[in-house]
Amino acid sequence: MTNKTKQSFTRRGLLKSIGAGAGVAAASSFVPDVARFAHAQSSGPIKIGFQQHATGIGASYGRWYGRTTEAAAARINAMGGINGREVQIIAEDDGTDPKRGAEVVEKFAKQHECDIAFGTLFSHVVYGSAPRAGELKLPYFVVSEGHHVASGALNRYTLQPGITDVKSQVIAMAPFVSENLGKKVTMIYPDFAFGHDHRDFFTEAMTAQGGEIVASIAIPPTETSFTRYFPQIPRETEVLYHVMVGPAVLTFVKELGEFFGPSGPQLFGFIDSLEAVSFGSPGLEFLEGTYFWEGNPRHAQADQSEHDKAYRAAVGVNEMGASVEDEKDVSTYAHMFGCWETLNIIKAGMEASGYSGPGDRASLIEAVEAMTDMPESDDHPQGAKKFNGKTHQTFGHQYISKVMDGKLVKQHTTSIEDGMYEDEVDYTQMSF
Amino acid sequence: MEFGPHLMLAALEGAVTAAILALTAMGLSIVFGVMRVVNVAHGEFYMIGAVLAWVVASMVGVTPALGFLAALVIAPLVVGAIAVVADRVILERIAYDPDRTIVATIGLLYIIQQTTLMTFGPDARPVEPPFNHRLSLPWFEWGENGFAMFWPWGLSITSYKLFVILAAIAILTALWLFMTRTKAGLIMRATQQDSETAQAFGIPVGRVYSYVFGLGAGLAAMGAVLVVPIQQAHYLMGHDPLLLSFIVVIIGGLGSLPGTVIAAFLIGMSDGIISVFFSPTLAKIIATLVVALVLVFRPQGLMGRVER
Repeated sequence: MTNKTKQSFTRRGLLKSIGAGAGVAAASSFVPDVARFAHAQSSGPIKIGFQQHATGIGASYGRWYGRTTEAAAARINAMGGINGREVQIIAEDDGTDPKRGAEVVEKFAKQHECDIAFGTLFSHVVYGSAPRAGELKLPYFVVSEGHHVASGALNRYTLQPGITDVKSQVIAMAPFVSENLGKKVTMIYPDFAFGHDHRDFFTEAMTAQGGEIVASIAIPPTETSFTRYFPQIPRETEVLYHVMVGPAVLTFVKELGEFFGPSGPQLFGFIDSLEAVSFGSPGLEFLEGTYFWEGNPRHAQADQSEHDKAYRAAVGVNEMGASVEDEKDVSTYAHMFGCWETLNIIKAGMEASGYSGPGDRASLIEAVEAMTDMPESDDHPQGAKKFNGKTHQTFGHQYISKVMDGKLVKQHTTSIEDGMYEDEVDYTQMSF
Repeated sequence: MEFGPHLMLAALEGAVTAAILALTAMGLSIVFGVMRVVNVAHGEFYMIGAVLAWVVASMVGVTPALGFLAALVIAPLVVGAIAVVADRVILERIAYDPDRTIVATIGLLYIIQQTTLMTFGPDARPVEPPFNHRLSLPWFEWGENGFAMFWPWGLSITSYKLFVILAAIAILTALWLFMTRTKAGLIMRATQQDSETAQAFGIPVGRVYSYVFGLGAGLAAMGAVLVVPIQQAHYLMGHDPLLLSFIVVIIGGLGSLPGTVIAAFLIGMSDGIISVFFSPTLAKIIATLVVALVLVFRPQGLMGRVER
């Protein structure tokens, strides 16, 4: 029995595999993609595990994070991949759920044998997943906005190089709010880590500007009806600062308008309150003249850069921020650039460290930690950035837009320095 | 906001919640009353009602009013039909055994939820209300100059929310007339009282069960269609209505229609008022606590009859 098996393997089996190998080799010379990556040390693809909020409360973000990631990977592959190897995106749905997030990270490491994990947005999922990524020694590039990375709460394997954090965003914008809109602010925010970052750091930043938070109202992120919360807004409020996430954002803003009618305070919103929602939706007319933070201006501006033009075309988004194929499908334009830029940073890091496989994960992290200036370019269409290797956090420009004739028109761009703060951690001192 | 206007706003919000809840809980109550089936998938029938409302409204899309009207007719019918099929294919086969129907409807819950996710996607879908005007409401107070009327900041309701309250009252009245004044209603009540005797008198109990299950699901769908222009349709929206409907049905008395309406009003109002003055989570905690107290001190519920 043993002999027979051995015999068939050595003769017939060997011939078969030689034949198959020859066939693949012959076929590959006709397929340009395979041929292009064949010169690398190892021609196997670099596997990037993409933790995607395909379902659950982050689904709108997940859909656009997915499209942006695919577009960025396609561009990188068209340019010859990373270190001559093809980039392969392996997407797994985490259901916007911390527990499933950790399971997905584990799947990337053990089942798919990914080189790195990438992509997650919602801060509670980052919190749930990062410890597991650290245990598995899997570099985890998040495209979130929470202050969790830079606060030192996570580990050396978790980095946020492609998007600014909430602390930086609100510090940069508080002066504009207090100088132009008012000093007495009521805040409405979602009741989880990301919302708490807004509450803590904006309160701090406004106080430093001589302003005052007269009330702060936390709303569960799964809430579907909001009018009941609005009577808590004190009458003396000069500015209402709102940031909401999840599937009910349209309801939130609509009910806000119905509550205030013609006599509301000034509104300063994070575009999160209306990500993936058209400004033309019925009931949103009252937003005319109000202000929004945008990570990246949704509507193409008069001074649109060539980089934004190229990026917009690559991800299939029109001048109004909606899908080129379906104008009802509005993008999460203020956030999704983070996926594009992070993938380009991963590419630069892998090239700088000569990354060839999981054994080089530590040197990949060291290479990214060594990065500093990232100039505005096709790799960084949102704008220039400064990366801080000690805190694993990037700093960049923020945009404040005003709704004028149903369009978001940029009013103010903060400088990178406006959003800088003291280091709270030095991850480079931690062991791998 | 001052206390008086604040309370009034809370009561108005509570009335809208109560109206929708009364419809949804009534569906659950009828199904339990007649069939003795605890339908755990009830919240998902509500959810597909909302999603179908979006589908129909966006297909008809000539005017928002026409789209909404079409949704109000078509969505409950389709959801009812799905429920009838589910009854024939699943519940009838397991002979309405109380334990097995619970497990079966839990399975149905997941099937409906995942099918909706796979076909319609995970996004929240809005339906435009047929009309929606903001109505500022006045408040009266004795001041220095005597009795005066003023318009408090933020005290308002929309014309559509008022319509939801009236529509729920109309639908429940129609249901009551159907149950008490028609032959079909009589057959339903006969089946509820004693299904074996009813069968002996030639009532096709199996078919009655299917229609009742369909009617229950259709009522949930109707509540959902009314709510979509206020909220949005989303594949995970079935949880809260299911929990609140169970609370209402247990407090009102399983199978008792007047009890269900009274309990829906109580729970809807307390949810509105406690949520506004304290927090929505506290409102749910109190409602669930009331359920526990009702089960301890009056197990048959407010209006339920003691089993003999």
